[in-house]
Amino acid sequence: MASRLVRRFFQSPPVVSSLLRSLSSVASPSQPIRVTLFPGDGIGPEISQSVKQVFSAAEVPIEWEEHFVGDKVDPRTESFLTWESLESVRKNGAGLKGPMATPIGKGFRSLNLTLRKELGLYVNVRPCFSIPGYKTRYDSVNLVTIRENTEGEYSGLEHQVVRGVVESLKIITRQASLRVAEYAFHYAKTNGRQKVSAIHKANIMKKTDGLFLKCCREVAEKYPEINYEEVIIDNCCMMLVKNPALFDVLVMPNLYGDIISDLCAGLVGGLGLTPRYSYSTLTSHMIYFSMSFLMILILYSCNIGEKGIVVAEAVHGSAPDIAGKNLANPTALLLSAVAMLRTLELRVKADQIHDAIFKTIAEGKYRTGDLGGTSSTREFTKAVCDNL
Amino acid sequence: MASQIARRVLRSRANEIFLAPSFSNPNSGRVFSSFDRSLSSAAVGSDLIRATLFPGDGIGPEIAESVKQVFRSAEVPIEWEEHYVGQEIDPRTQSFLTWESLESVRQNGVGLKGPMATPIGKGHRSLNLTLRKELNLYANVRPCYSLPGYKTRYDDVNLITIRENTEGEYSGLEHQVVRGVVESLKIITRQASLRVAEYAFHYAKTHGRDRVSAIHKANIMQKTDGLFLKCCREVAEKYPEIKYEEVVIDNCCMMLVKNPALFDVLVMPNLYGDIISDLCAGLVGGLGLTPSCNIGEGGIALAEAVHGSAPDIAGKNLANPTALLLSAVTMLHHLKLHDKADRIHDAIVNTIAEGKYRTADLGGTSSTTDFTKAICDHL
Repeated sequence: MASRLVRRFFQSPPVVSSLLRSLSSVASPSQPIRVTLFPGDGIGPEISQSVKQVFSAAEVPIEWEEHFVGDKVDPRTESFLTWESLESVRKNGAGLKGPMATPIGKGFRSLNLTLRKELGLYVNVRPCFSIPGYKTRYDSVNLVTIRENTEGEYSGLEHQVVRGVVESLKIITRQASLRVAEYAFHYAKTNGRQKVSAIHKANIMKKTDGLFLKCCREVAEKYPEINYEEVIIDNCCMMLVKNPALFDVLVMPNLYGDIISDLCAGLVGGLGLTPRYSYSTLTSHMIYFSMSFLMILILYSCNIGEKGIVVAEAVHGSAPDIAGKNLANPTALLLSAVAMLRTLELRVKADQIHDAIFKTIAEGKYRTGDLGGTSSTREFTKAVCDNL
Repeated sequence: MASQIARRVLRSRANEIFLAPSFSNPNSGRVFSSFDRSLSSAAVGSDLIRATLFPGDGIGPEIAESVKQVFRSAEVPIEWEEHYVGQEIDPRTQSFLTWESLESVRQNGVGLKGPMATPIGKGHRSLNLTLRKELNLYANVRPCYSLPGYKTRYDDVNLITIRENTEGEYSGLEHQVVRGVVESLKIITRQASLRVAEYAFHYAKTHGRDRVSAIHKANIMQKTDGLFLKCCREVAEKYPEIKYEEVVIDNCCMMLVKNPALFDVLVMPNLYGDIISDLCAGLVGGLGLTPSCNIGEGGIALAEAVHGSAPDIAGKNLANPTALLLSAVTMLHHLKLHDKADRIHDAIVNTIAEGKYRTADLGGTSSTTDFTKAICDHL
């Protein structure tokens, strides 16, 4: 009770709340940490099962609270996610999300948008690393993209000025920029990273990206042990395709973050060797995009919200073509869960599972289809459990 | 003499027709001005095409000299009119570029620009901005293809990026709303989008390309990028033989780093164009090898080298003239001197492929003059 009062008192800065989380999670084995789990659609349930299996094999003190996306729109949230699901994440402070297929239509918000707005998820963290034993053109990628997720170019404020002339507002605020910069440097420090690069186009957009940079510089001064640099986005893209080892942690406003994080995903194999994509214009404005199962199911990301909420998710889609066939690669969701464990301060367990996963992949004996192997989901999961 | 007068009359008339109702009939002006140009270049033989040359700063003069030398060896019927950036600000242009320089490009219709170092300071516009605004350069075309013999991680890049160059995110309209909150306006207009889409499809058709991809983020920016896409679709209908597709920018980046052979011609608004064109330049080996051409109203083409002026190697005969040479080749294509353009292009590619003469940035030890001579020998 007293700890709960103390927690509520100290809620805003994520650093302090993760400290408090460690206080509460020290009371581990007898009092497991509750984490909300959204298995999702398509291959979601299978890979969630993998995660649960690996976690129980590693004896991680986590109790899963499963929630599913409903069939009807909940008016309180204006989406298929129910109010109870969201409350559960708010209360538990941590969530793991499998791939969710976005339904087409009107009258409700997209699932990702709902989560982001309702839980105040202001940062998206996506580590990009070369997969051992899986050859792409780039061998030594090891970087993290940290993207501001609430404002910038995606504020959604557009209007027609006169016929044939449309305007879109890009908003940058000091508060949001400081917040994401703080998180970036904190992340770099706690994860042993040496450099933070702010990506911008302030030579053209002087006031907006200029403000973002100013905030980054302010925060950089508080972390003198971490190198700080500023790179213009077009140079950044060029450097990334020529030599990605030049980068360590990248922090960026919303649009650049979107572009760069997908670019980095491509560097390590984000799409399979023969990417197939389909799109269709279903309403006059919405463009729905899906990717086939040939996508590598490795990449994950972590969304951080106010008060230290973490929602970790696999970046890939629901891959309906291989759903239920025991073919899916659970690595992305497993690594998301590991990232979540780190923010929950269960670092020893996190490292244990992380090493087991990479050992299994590097060994090469058990590999799922997306990485060029023939193992099933269950075989791969069992191999990871054995490697613990 | 008579042909020169005829040329000047036709050109000014073409400009009038094109500039006046620019959004009602974007096609006609271009047909006129390229027709006009074919008239003027058909009257060749003894007639030389005048082209404005801005050697620029730093390594600019050396590489401009390379270009002149190669063109002389190839007997290209071009007469260069050199202009330099002044020391004082010309009040008529608010920049270091003089009114005469700009008039010269307007009159000649083609120009070649070396790297210019932008002076720091206030009270004047940047040189690139001045050129763009004064000459109304609305499309930036950057062909990116793997150079055989210069190995990068990508072997099969062969694409063109066409970037809208006047509006979009770079409108420069920013303001502070309240303390700590800043806004920037991204403007997309039907006129500018139609114009660049027209150019993209026209380019694809005249250069034998079979696909045009529009890059956007219309799932998020529904009205602005939505308008851009609508304009692209309208133009696509007029060119049924060219395939048209729409790709979201983040997927585009991912596909480019995975498999750039998937793309042919890309057309994009300003910011995405900036990012993607530099990404593609990185795929083929950097800005030192990338040609670029800016297209303006009235059929003006200003080819330029997009790398910097490299002051540290200026005057030392070390610079790589490839970017400026390839840009000059693009300029020749625009002038419909396709034979000469192909000859020079092949000479450049063969020289680099051979590997005997390579400048330092490509990993070799040749000087600028040696490299240039090797190209002339390969002609």
